[in-house]
Amino acid sequence: MIKVENLSKSFGPKVAVNDVSFTLERGEILGFLGPNGAGKSTTMRMITGYTPPTAGVIRVGGNDVTEKPIEAKRLMGYLPESAPLYTDMTVEGFLGFCAEVRGINGADKAKAIDRAIEMCFLKSVRHQSVDTLSKGFRHRTGFAQAIIHDPDILVMDEPTDGLDPNQKHEVRSLIRRMGQSKAIIFSTHILEEVEAACTRAIIIDQGKIVANGTPDELKAKSELADSYVVSISGIEASAVRDKLGSVIQAAKVTIVNDKAPTVVARVFPKKAGTDGELGQAIFAAAAQHNWKINEIKKEEGRLDDVFRNITLSDTKTQ
Amino acid sequence: MKSIWTITKRELAGYFNSPVAYVFLVIFLLMTAAFTFLIGQFMDRNQATLQPFFMWHPWIYLFLVPAVGMRLWSEERRQGTMELLLTLPISLWHCIIGKFLASWLFLTLALVMTFPIWITVNYLGDPDNSVIIASYIGSFFLAGAYLSITSMTSAFTRNQVISFILSVVICLFLVLCGWPPVTDVVETLAPRSVVEFVVAFSVMPGIEQFNNGQIDSRAVIYFLSVIGFPLFATSIIIRGLRA
Repeated sequence: MIKVENLSKSFGPKVAVNDVSFTLERGEILGFLGPNGAGKSTTMRMITGYTPPTAGVIRVGGNDVTEKPIEAKRLMGYLPESAPLYTDMTVEGFLGFCAEVRGINGADKAKAIDRAIEMCFLKSVRHQSVDTLSKGFRHRTGFAQAIIHDPDILVMDEPTDGLDPNQKHEVRSLIRRMGQSKAIIFSTHILEEVEAACTRAIIIDQGKIVANGTPDELKAKSELADSYVVSISGIEASAVRDKLGSVIQAAKVTIVNDKAPTVVARVFPKKAGTDGELGQAIFAAAAQHNWKINEIKKEEGRLDDVFRNITLSDTKTQ
Repeated sequence: MKSIWTITKRELAGYFNSPVAYVFLVIFLLMTAAFTFLIGQFMDRNQATLQPFFMWHPWIYLFLVPAVGMRLWSEERRQGTMELLLTLPISLWHCIIGKFLASWLFLTLALVMTFPIWITVNYLGDPDNSVIIASYIGSFFLAGAYLSITSMTSAFTRNQVISFILSVVICLFLVLCGWPPVTDVVETLAPRSVVEFVVAFSVMPGIEQFNNGQIDSRAVIYFLSVIGFPLFATSIIIRGLRA
């Protein structure tokens, strides 16, 4: 539904987005990750036709956004960063305006407003003026505006920014629900959000895509992925290191915590992705030496590690 | 066309959702009345004409029209709603014209509300109503011209006050460059052709024609171009902001 090819944007000498390409299909929820100033918002503004690209092509439902902006915009709902709204209107009036501009009138308009209000839990503030709303309600009004015409494509710039944990949860489940029938792209710098809602994630740094895959694929890139954390009682840390280090499948053993009588060690595999072989070897070693194992846990990898590794290495070279 | 009207409706409602609209209407009516009766000496003239009413419009509008238009785009920029508006499936031109029309309609409403003076002069005497109608049309165009300039200055900045000041300065130039007390001085300094060139920019000759009851096609074309050009400039400024 969205096809971005070699997209670039410069503001004077500053390159904000540098040769970005990706596609998005119906049923996908794409998380756009990156540190502040990475080019997330600029990319979204180009997709929604607000900012013209310096180079590259964006197709939305087959329409080139530069050449057929109106047709492309019709297919999209857009929630800009910090959800700007016309503060002098009521929630209902504002949603009515957005519906009318999108060519929804009469009975259809009333239905569209009702639907959006219900989906975004806005019933209690329906007739309230926007400038009297709390931040959470404002955000949800912005969200309602983006889905007023039941678009095939949703573009959201930090949809959960500034919401409390309950509201964040609500918005995420809303995104997940709508993601089944739509193509959704949203930006965030909250990593748990990607794990909670996305089918795919793109990490962007300094205008470039540095990683693109499912949350699980990205997590597998973590150094910690597939390592085991073992907690053993009644033994010296050095002994644990020696014995576990001699396990064939182990590449490295680090002591995470050494507070007598318990030692916590992390065992890294020689080869990632081997299903449980290292775990079995650790159990075998423990049985051989009669260790008292309190706990053993396989690490899936942490997205924030991956994120930090990828994006920090670039900042260091600056 | 429909989307233009949707934008216009929203903007118009925006005026009346705040006290600004009512304050403006009251001030406008008080000022026109004050100028007509106190400074224009409407009663003492003992003439059945609205000339002392219309002659002040270029000056009254100088401050009131920028006050109406100063928020047109600057407020959209300040609130960030411009991003929302321009990602809706409508062209930039529809937005510019829709917003402009809303403020123009609002000013027209203010102008229409001066009708008691027209009734008064008809009650007291026997004025030439065709001249009055022409004068009203001239005043309508004048408001549009000032407003279009304000639309341009409001796209320049997210600060309404700066937008107001810039607009007043530009409109003042358009008045002064054709105002006899100024052109008389310029005439002593510069050749006649230069004076004529400068006067051609002014709103004053056109307004005088309307106030004399003539609806001259050149005056109409002048006002339409003074409305059209700043609107065009508005679109260029906004395109520049997005890039």
